[in-house]
Amino acid sequence: MPEVLVISGKGGTGKTSLTAAFAHLATSKVVCDLDVDAPDLHLLLRPRPRRTEEFYSGNLAVIAPERCTACGECAQRCRYGAVTEKGGVYAIDPVACEGCGVCVHFCPAQAIDFPSRHCGQWHISDTRLGTLVHAQLFPGQENSGRLVALLRQQARELARVQGAELILSDGPPGIGCPVISSLSGTDLAVAVTEPTLSGFHDLERVVELCRHFRVPAAVIINRFDLNQEHSQAIGRWCTDNGLTLLARLPHDPAFVQAMVQQETITEYEQSPLTDEIGRAWSGITALAGLPKAA
Amino acid sequence: MILAVASGKGGTGKTSVAASLALSWPGPVAAVDLDVEEPNLHLLLHPQPGGGQGAYLEVPSADEALCIACGACAELCQYKAISLLGETLLVFPEMCHGCGGCLAVCPSGALRPGQRELGQVLWGRAGDIAVYQGRLRVGEAMSPPLMRSVMTQVRADGAEIKGDVIIDAPPGVSCPAVTAVSQAEAILLVTEPTPFGLYDFSLAWQAFAPLGRPLAAVINRAGVGDRKVYAFCADHGIPILAEIPYDRAVAEAYSRGVPACRASSELAGLFQRLAQDCRALVGGREAAHA
Repeated sequence: MPEVLVISGKGGTGKTSLTAAFAHLATSKVVCDLDVDAPDLHLLLRPRPRRTEEFYSGNLAVIAPERCTACGECAQRCRYGAVTEKGGVYAIDPVACEGCGVCVHFCPAQAIDFPSRHCGQWHISDTRLGTLVHAQLFPGQENSGRLVALLRQQARELARVQGAELILSDGPPGIGCPVISSLSGTDLAVAVTEPTLSGFHDLERVVELCRHFRVPAAVIINRFDLNQEHSQAIGRWCTDNGLTLLARLPHDPAFVQAMVQQETITEYEQSPLTDEIGRAWSGITALAGLPKAA
Repeated sequence: MILAVASGKGGTGKTSVAASLALSWPGPVAAVDLDVEEPNLHLLLHPQPGGGQGAYLEVPSADEALCIACGACAELCQYKAISLLGETLLVFPEMCHGCGGCLAVCPSGALRPGQRELGQVLWGRAGDIAVYQGRLRVGEAMSPPLMRSVMTQVRADGAEIKGDVIIDAPPGVSCPAVTAVSQAEAILLVTEPTPFGLYDFSLAWQAFAPLGRPLAAVINRAGVGDRKVYAFCADHGIPILAEIPYDRAVAEAYSRGVPACRASSELAGLFQRLAQDCRALVGGREAAHA
């Protein structure tokens, strides 16, 4: 069962709006929002959670003041500058703490506790477009890579039970930890870009990341008419690099109007734009080896 | 002062605002790109390259001949970067967070400091603006240590003594974004008046408000979407310092690497006023404390 991931490198290129449209066009799938840091897919799919679980990951060092002898060993050992000292009272900044446990191990007074960290929640939900697996990392938390891996595991299990043909995932922006966790072992990455200097720059880096993890990639240029010259350059670059250019979508305020109505663009209207999105989806199904839509 | 320009949602115009503020700043300023995964600030400021250096994380390097298979390192490591399979020591340097714990507990000298390349710290100048950039190596998962290396360089150069510092933060509200924003004395959040913009803005407010720094908003692409983000700002006492009206010409200028402040004379004036208001964010607090 293929896994298709929509990514972009640069944020705000239209990843989530397009993932939602594909979720509408796909017949048999489990949908997954892997942008656990700033997830937005639920705003269009309006999920009704069927199962909600707490996400605990890693640990947090906490100094117990009654046992602390203020020797300063922890402050010397910490490489993250997480130990603060004010008037001989030591404390750990939970934002800076990496949960490495070095201070816990070396504290001569055993004055540092190491509770597990409650980082977020994840859900399996029903939506009008099928099952959605999604999460919310609590703001300011880390370990998003582990939460991404957990969601993918859940999505695979659900897809197996439901006999779904596809797992369709909305990815996070960037190229770091959560993107790597989303990408590894995926069958196809769909990179959404825009014809701006930064869109192109970020596309190059995210496609390089796909190569690094040996994931085939295809490209969609959103708002192609914003700069025809850059759109053509991106098109040529795709050809030179053996990447399928799935579609060139025009700039269209209907994306925002659909978002305000909490609908996918393909539910909201039928237009040359949605026809082109349909062609992009046909291209994706062909590349992912899915049966053709009826 | 150090000002971080941040947003929950990507693509709201953070980098364009950061670049435009730097170009409109009434005094010496450094512009620092801490969106090290996808750095874009240089594409708007076009700095002349000045120099650069690699940034590295200290990771363990194993000498198996000296390993006595005591397992102390594997027991301490929280990141599964070291394990002992029978008597064989296995090190996975790409999993390492560089805490140094394994090096400190190893009794036999089998673990020595090694390096993993995180990426590059680059610097240059765009006219009077000192420009810094962190550039994560493609395939590297961890951005916060590279961001700290960039700030070490900024401080070594005395940039925040010579003038003010504007940080272009990464999108999102998890550890990379918090690492960037926690370097700053004031926070400017850039959002757009859409449902996605509002939701991610509310996450950013939840993540950054506890830092206790002065925080204000800029609404980009004003006129699209709805008015809910204005209501959120009013309810939470977040001042809106500027509204940048949606204009296709601004988007087209951006696509060519022209920042918003150079797209029209109205916007040039808007960013000059915004720069003054951003400076007053910290000044206002200092005055209040005095």
